[in-house]
Amino acid sequence: MLEIKDLVKRYGGGDPVLKNLDLTIEGESVVSIIGSSGAGKSTLLRCINRLVEPTSGSIELNGTELTRLRGRNLRAARRKIGMVFQGFNLVDRLTVMENVQSGRLGYISTWAAILRRYPKEDIRRAYELMERVGIAHYANTRADQLSGGERQRVGVVRALMQNPDILLADEPTASLDPKTSEQIMGLLRDLAGELKLPVLINIHNVAEAKEYTDRIVGMRYGRIIFDHKPARLDQEEMDRIYSGSPHADRNENLREAS
Amino acid sequence: MSETHDTWRKPPFISNPVIRWAVYLVALAYFLWVGATMPIDWGRVAEGFARAGRIFGGAFPPSFERSGLLIDGFLESLKIAVLATAGGVLLSIPIAFMAARNVAPLPIYYFGRFVIILARSFHPVIVAIVFVKAVGFGPFAGMLTLVVYSIGFVAKMLAERIEEIDFGQVEAMRAAGAPFLSTIFYAIFPQIMPRQIGLTIYQLDSNLRASAVVGIVGAGGIGATLANAFGRYDYDFALAITIVIVGVILVSEGLSGQIRKRIA
Repeated sequence: MLEIKDLVKRYGGGDPVLKNLDLTIEGESVVSIIGSSGAGKSTLLRCINRLVEPTSGSIELNGTELTRLRGRNLRAARRKIGMVFQGFNLVDRLTVMENVQSGRLGYISTWAAILRRYPKEDIRRAYELMERVGIAHYANTRADQLSGGERQRVGVVRALMQNPDILLADEPTASLDPKTSEQIMGLLRDLAGELKLPVLINIHNVAEAKEYTDRIVGMRYGRIIFDHKPARLDQEEMDRIYSGSPHADRNENLREAS
Repeated sequence: MSETHDTWRKPPFISNPVIRWAVYLVALAYFLWVGATMPIDWGRVAEGFARAGRIFGGAFPPSFERSGLLIDGFLESLKIAVLATAGGVLLSIPIAFMAARNVAPLPIYYFGRFVIILARSFHPVIVAIVFVKAVGFGPFAGMLTLVVYSIGFVAKMLAERIEEIDFGQVEAMRAAGAPFLSTIFYAIFPQIMPRQIGLTIYQLDSNLRASAVVGIVGAGGIGATLANAFGRYDYDFALAITIVIVGVILVSEGLSGQIRKRIA
């Protein structure tokens, strides 16, 4: 279970990007986060695995408080949080197998990693997962030879190799064409079910969010203003989430303050 | 009614006209003053021509009689260049990581930059003079000199390449909980490897050239052979050495260019 309480993130001295945000993800649900650019979706996701340092508040994953971890403990916690990126973030010049095994770097020694002496069970697991998403025949291919959809599948398998307790996906389909995008969303939903894994997806495509996820969280300017089943997301709610701009919101805040 | 615009001029390099003309005038005045005050003794130039004529007269035809000495000198230069490149490049890698702003913490970054600036601030000939004083005449001084020279160039260029990497790959490794060195080996080395190989080959070529120069101040190799030949007024042997140096450098430059083009 992921429990976020009173989370604040402020860059520099400006207005906070996340404002006293609360969010709880229970069980193995697929949750999507929607909202216009600048609403803080990406920052929220990156606070969870500490690629971004939260300013204050608490984030608990299965009883472990994440916000104050350092060094070895932080790395151990990150192993349990898989992440899929918009730009895939694969190592282009390495093979698909090396990319997939890089999800295990937190578990194996640096020496074993450099020599590519991966444990047998890791290799077996890699082939199983690659088989599952249809990229096993690319094991020895360099990552930059693959198409966008194939690259994102490598990204998903790399995250799953961590044997995570939760999967974060930061706009996983934004760099893909519509058809591939649907395939990846379907894959994330199916894998979540098969592996009993909660998945948190930032997404711009509302139609895909409605079709592939169990719960939609709507963010606007650092706050959660919608959190329901997809069916409840009607035109009126959409307008509330997407109308205006961060700039207009800032002015609104100023009016409230004065 | 709006005016129609049909003329346009590129904005001048320095927008303030007073400063602009002042800069032009000062620069022009300085060049004129330097030209007028530089002590050029035309008599000595004329004498020099005569002396140069004697040297070149003595140099023709080039003498390859003592080619054994020539080959030994070259082999020594090659050894110096290969060892200095290997040592210099190996030392350059950690220094480059220290001097890359996106991976090193600020104090380490300043230290790395400082090492690079130190290695770059003196010409190899000056470094060679220091090392010849320190460890004595011979190839060892030459090798040390070229190690310093290699660090100055390779570490600087490699640090710049590290600063240009796609940081998303580093983020992916961090997100997976990878330790620091594993992250470097998986997310950074693959990205900088082509540049690393290219720089090494270029530096080998460059060190071979420089080893001829530092030899003249006593740091071994073909440069020492050349300096000795000049000292004994063996101008014909000196010319032979010079011809071979030019030939070898042409070949090595062509080869290194070809290899670097292939791996780019």
